[in-house]
Amino acid sequence: DALPISTMLGAALRRCASVGSLRGLLHSRLVPPSTSSPVAVAARCYSHAKHESDEEFDARWVTYFNKPDIDAWELRKGMNTLIGYDLVPEPKIIDAALRACRRLNDLASAIRILEAVKDKAGPHKDIYPYVIQELRPTLDELGVATPEELGLDKA
Amino acid sequence: TTLFRSGHARWFRAVSSLSPCPSGVLRADGSGGRMLASRALSLIGKRTLSTSVGLRAHAGVVKVESYTLPSYEDNRAVPLPDVAYVGQLTAEQNALKEKEKGSWTSLNNNEKLELYRIKFHESYAQMNQGSNEWKTVCGGALIFIGLTAFIVLWQRKYVYGPVPHTFSEDWTAMQTKRMLDMRMNPIQGFASKWDYDKNEWKK
Repeated sequence: DALPISTMLGAALRRCASVGSLRGLLHSRLVPPSTSSPVAVAARCYSHAKHESDEEFDARWVTYFNKPDIDAWELRKGMNTLIGYDLVPEPKIIDAALRACRRLNDLASAIRILEAVKDKAGPHKDIYPYVIQELRPTLDELGVATPEELGLDKA
Repeated sequence: TTLFRSGHARWFRAVSSLSPCPSGVLRADGSGGRMLASRALSLIGKRTLSTSVGLRAHAGVVKVESYTLPSYEDNRAVPLPDVAYVGQLTAEQNALKEKEKGSWTSLNNNEKLELYRIKFHESYAQMNQGSNEWKTVCGGALIFIGLTAFIVLWQRKYVYGPVPHTFSEDWTAMQTKRMLDMRMNPIQGFASKWDYDKNEWKK
């Protein structure tokens, strides 16, 4: 029948995937914020899934890494997933991840996490120094060396 | 808990399938329940089905292939690989690992570097560095393309027979005259380039 098919197609078109909205709060380039003008948004075909705010996203990840008995697998899974997203994680998430490394007695992973953050920033050279600046108290407290201090930033 | 964490929990329970389960069936939601169908199945196929007990007993006999085990990889997208780079630690490295359990402020930079190198092979800087291989590849390709020129020339001289007689100067002259006489493509093409009054090519 033509009718069910056309409604299905219509529904599918309405459900077309949303343009991946940027979650990272570290915008070093101009990005339209998620609360842009409602008029323009209404015409787009965003998905009907609930849209998580940046704060909720950050809080969720901080909670994940703050789990007191986090295990090595969860740390790896969390970090690899987080690095897969199209954003540079907020310093507070990295802070929680570093503390998780401390609980797991894993200094190497802590340094690797910092390297990954720098790599995620890509051409935006001002993001990484900002993150390190924000993390400086934690780095000193835990005794985590930055890759630069160990000469790992040179090939 | 969040979506992510509940998803992970399901994953984790699926992985721990080798733990003993009373009914012999471990369902995805983690409950080793005593449903009627599964009970009947375990009764019928106790020997044919590979139960969890059976799998464990077989483990000592079968050689584990290295490609089936989690492996190490250096990848920008995967900062923390499944296994550490160095599998077998020396005594000094073991001692260092013990020291790692204490305060990291007591470690000097060399020790921190050593700990890093135990766990990881290449740093991000090393894995991302480019090489000059592209020059070798392009150069090699162009050299071989150049060498084929010799082959083509030799072929032209020794393999191909003579060109047809219709390409000779006399013949092409006669051919051209015939084309002009029959006014081939007189508007924009061949014959349009000939000046019929002056009997020469148009300037």
